[in-house]
Amino acid sequence: MSAAEIGLALSVFVACAVEAVEALTIVLAVGTTRSWSSALSGVAAAALALAVIVAALGPALTSLPIDLLRVAIGGLLLIFGLQWLRKAVMRAAGLKPMHDELAIFSRETEAARAAGGRRSSFDAYAFTISFKGVLLEGLEVAFIVLTFGANQHHVALAAAAAGAAVLVVSVAGAAARAPLARVPENTMKLAVGVMLSSFGMFWGAEGAGASWPGGEAALLAIIPGTLATALALAWTVRRVASTSGRGRDGQTPAEAGGRATVGA
Amino acid sequence: MRARRLLEAVWEFVVGDDWLTALGVVLALALTALLAAAGSSAWWAMPPAVAALLVHSVWRAARRQAQDV
Repeated sequence: MSAAEIGLALSVFVACAVEAVEALTIVLAVGTTRSWSSALSGVAAAALALAVIVAALGPALTSLPIDLLRVAIGGLLLIFGLQWLRKAVMRAAGLKPMHDELAIFSRETEAARAAGGRRSSFDAYAFTISFKGVLLEGLEVAFIVLTFGANQHHVALAAAAAGAAVLVVSVAGAAARAPLARVPENTMKLAVGVMLSSFGMFWGAEGAGASWPGGEAALLAIIPGTLATALALAWTVRRVASTSGRGRDGQTPAEAGGRATVGA
Repeated sequence: MRARRLLEAVWEFVVGDDWLTALGVVLALALTALLAAAGSSAWWAMPPAVAALLVHSVWRAARRQAQDV
C-alpha cells in the first residue's frame, strides 16, 4: 500500500466514523422512544440510497481525464476540508460549542416523544427521521468515498474503509445501547479536516499541472504542515479571544477550559 | 422550481456558508495552473494560499460571532 492509499483508507474511515456516530445518535433516539423496526427500516432505505449514489457516480467519475478529475476533486476536497478545519479551529479556540452527542440525543428524544402517538405498526416519524439522519450524514461520506476512490481508482478500497467504520460504530452502539459520547469526535473532525485539505491541496495542484517535490512523499510534509497551521491558528484565536472579551454563551475560552481544547 | 431547489441544495452542500473560501480555492488553483503553464515550479503556490484562506475563514467566522453576541 502506498502512502496515498493508506491516507485514503484512513481519511475515509475517520470521516465515516464521525458521521456514523452522529447518525447513530439520531437512530438511537427515535428507536428507543418510538419504534426500532421503523427506525431500522429508515436506516436500510438510506443505506440503499447511498449505495446507489456511489454505484452510479463512481464509474462516471473514474472515466474522466485524470488531470481534470484531480483539479476538480482537489478543489472540492479543499472547500470541504477548509470548512471542517474552520469549525474545528473555532471549537478548539472555545468560540463554538463542542459537539455533544448526549445533548443531541436528549433533544432528539424529546422531539420524538412530542411528535405524538403511532396509529399503526409502521411508525412514519421514526422511519423518516432515521432515513433523513443517515442520508444527510452519509452524503458527505459518499462524496469523500467517491472523490478519494475515483482519484486513485480505488473506489472499492474507499468503500471498504467506509463500511468498516460503519460496522465498528454500529457494533459499539449496539453494545453500549447509548450515544457514543466518549468518541473524541471533535479531534476526529480536526483530523478529517487536515486530511481533506492536505489531499485537496496535493491533488488540486497536480491536476493544475504542478509537480510536488518528491511526488507522493510530499504528503508527509503537507499533512503535518496543515495540522500545525490549524493548531497554531486555534491557539492564536483562543489567546486573542481571551484577551479581548467573552466567547460564545458568555464564556471566555479560559472558562470553557479543557472542554474546548483539541482532543477533549 | 424543483430545479432551483436542487441547485440551492447542491450550492449549500458544496459551498456551504463561506463562498469566499470556495472562490479563493478556485483562484489558488488557477494561479497554480498559470504558473505551471508558464513553465515555472508551481507547487509552492498552494500551501500559503490554503493557510491564508483558513486564517481568513476563521477570522470572518470569529468576527461574525462577536457581532452576534
